[in-house]
Amino acid sequence: MSFWRRNRQHFWIVGVAAGILCLYLGAVNGQFSIIWKKAVMICMECIGIG
Amino acid sequence: MKKTRLGVQLLFTIITNGYMYGFLNGKIFKGSLKHVCVPGLNCYSCPGAVASCPIGALQALLNQRGFQIPFGVLGFFFLFGSIFGRFVCGWLCPFGLVQDLLHKIPVFYKRKRLPFHHVLKYGKYAVLVLFAGIGSMFLFDGFAKVPAFCKYICPSGTFFGALPLLAVNESLRSQIGGLFFWKAAFMLFILILSVKCFRPFCQYLCPLGAVYGLFNRFSLVQIQWEKDKCISCGACERSCPVALSKTEISHSAECIRCGRCVEACPEKCLHFSPGRRLNKLGKSR
Repeated sequence: MSFWRRNRQHFWIVGVAAGILCLYLGAVNGQFSIIWKKAVMICMECIGIG
Repeated sequence: MKKTRLGVQLLFTIITNGYMYGFLNGKIFKGSLKHVCVPGLNCYSCPGAVASCPIGALQALLNQRGFQIPFGVLGFFFLFGSIFGRFVCGWLCPFGLVQDLLHKIPVFYKRKRLPFHHVLKYGKYAVLVLFAGIGSMFLFDGFAKVPAFCKYICPSGTFFGALPLLAVNESLRSQIGGLFFWKAAFMLFILILSVKCFRPFCQYLCPLGAVYGLFNRFSLVQIQWEKDKCISCGACERSCPVALSKTEISHSAECIRCGRCVEACPEKCLHFSPGRRLNKLGKSR
């Protein structure tokens, strides 16, 4: 417990590392293509029509 | 500080919504930058948007057949959250800028918080879980899953996406119905409320603010309070737009790192700093 308290100031580094890992896993699973496909079509739900 | 923040907000909004051709022709940007997310709530159906909205992208992944952990978007949440926390809300969110500008209009008696703030502040977590999360996985329209937050709530999508598109695109205009009027009415309610209350959407409903709030305690960008120098004059508390006490500033999930407390402190014992420093006893603050 005291280890976590002492090192709380460095938690952000763990968060950044987790972020990079998640981005890698997202890329491997093709999730950025899914995001792109959704983002380049006018989202009818977003504009309140769909 | 106020002018710097406004400058950064304007610049970031212009850069991330810089596809001017889209505004003129009612079309949206189709470049490869839309593979990635911006930090703030910025609708990807805004004609000028050059990248994707993280909450929209989260729902797009949850709307897929079957269930997959949305690693792609979680990565952006961790990355932006761990570095900035809710600094994103205060400095980099276009819809936050809109609410800030409206709050400057000198009508109504200004309020920092709405009544029942201590209950209402959890609304953003409910919206995150029920609309952006569960709603997107289990709400169906026919056979297709629904991005519930975008469809029923997001005023940023109505403001930055619907209004500019409908203004120049007649075929879209002919399709508007009850859902659009609900969203437009809700957006108007939020915008009018913003004139009276400081950032009501960010404080009570924004799922992205809820996510970044979870990172506020340990993000890299912090506002440091040097307790030894503090004369307890209360200037920071009076200047805080979300009415936080000096012990809550920076690590409360409600702090958007706007920096007004830093500016207001006569003893300069509050300042932006990377990471949280520890005192000699090894305790933070």
